[in-house]
Amino acid sequence: MSSTEHTVDAHVHRDDVGSRMGMWLFLFTELLLFGGMFLIYSVYRFEYPEAFHLAAKELNTIMGAFNTAVLLTSSMTMALSIVAIQRNQKTLSIIMQLITIFLAIFFLVNKYFEWTAKFHHGIYPGSEELLSKGSGEILFFGLYYVMTGLHGLHVIVGMFLIAVMTRMTRREIITKDNYVRLENAGLYWHLVDIIWIFLFPLFYLIA
Amino acid sequence: MEKHDYYHEHSHSYGIYIIVWLALMALTAVTVAVAGMDIDRFTVATALIIASIKAYLVLTIFMHLRSESKAFVVFVLVALFFLGISFVLLFADYSF
Repeated sequence: MSSTEHTVDAHVHRDDVGSRMGMWLFLFTELLLFGGMFLIYSVYRFEYPEAFHLAAKELNTIMGAFNTAVLLTSSMTMALSIVAIQRNQKTLSIIMQLITIFLAIFFLVNKYFEWTAKFHHGIYPGSEELLSKGSGEILFFGLYYVMTGLHGLHVIVGMFLIAVMTRMTRREIITKDNYVRLENAGLYWHLVDIIWIFLFPLFYLIA
Repeated sequence: MEKHDYYHEHSHSYGIYIIVWLALMALTAVTVAVAGMDIDRFTVATALIIASIKAYLVLTIFMHLRSESKAFVVFVLVALFFLGISFVLLFADYSF
């Protein structure tokens, strides 16, 4: 926090590069959090290839692909909101952020319907239906619920984070000359997107 | 342009993000189509390659790695390298 990176205002002391780097460092901890789960997934996938194929048939590929499209689109609107603020188009930036939040809610609603459909089929952790299956399938659904659940939690956090940014943009705390907060929220949102980019094929496309 | 200037180097254009979005959507369609073809053992490899291309696009364009200083790229590569090590060592233990 010692140097002014850009000569926006000689009196303002801030370090935008340092701020973004801090965000990236945080994202690496997220990478390892999910990375550990991908490690577990890969080992059990290696141990029970047939069971994973069989269990993945239960998942709705169309629903998964649709949610992928929703999340990719929300990533784009997030990126566009930053361009808008760079161009001093405050209203457009806010609209883009609101669309991002809307798409995040849409993603979660889809996830809700997807999960409840599974519950209705008796497939949830510890259910009789699931416990009657082989250990490979139990592991698949365990991983499915934990990984998509943790990802869903990140979507919720990201959504609130963006909502805070929208408020700050409205109050002109985030402006054309000072939008590093919005960028950092964007970085978080894109990471959530990247994790889903890998979750989608590994769970929905292996049937 | 030796000196790196993040804020002024940016073109601040909407176009690139829309193009990347279209590419990401197209790649999603491709990966779903390939999975439907059922070429068995190729599907996992192609799915992961396509996912990696998508992640690369998001990292470089959406997350601005392309226009950040090289230090950021080195950071990301080191992080991925260590994740890679975990996978390699794990499977060195498991596969044999």
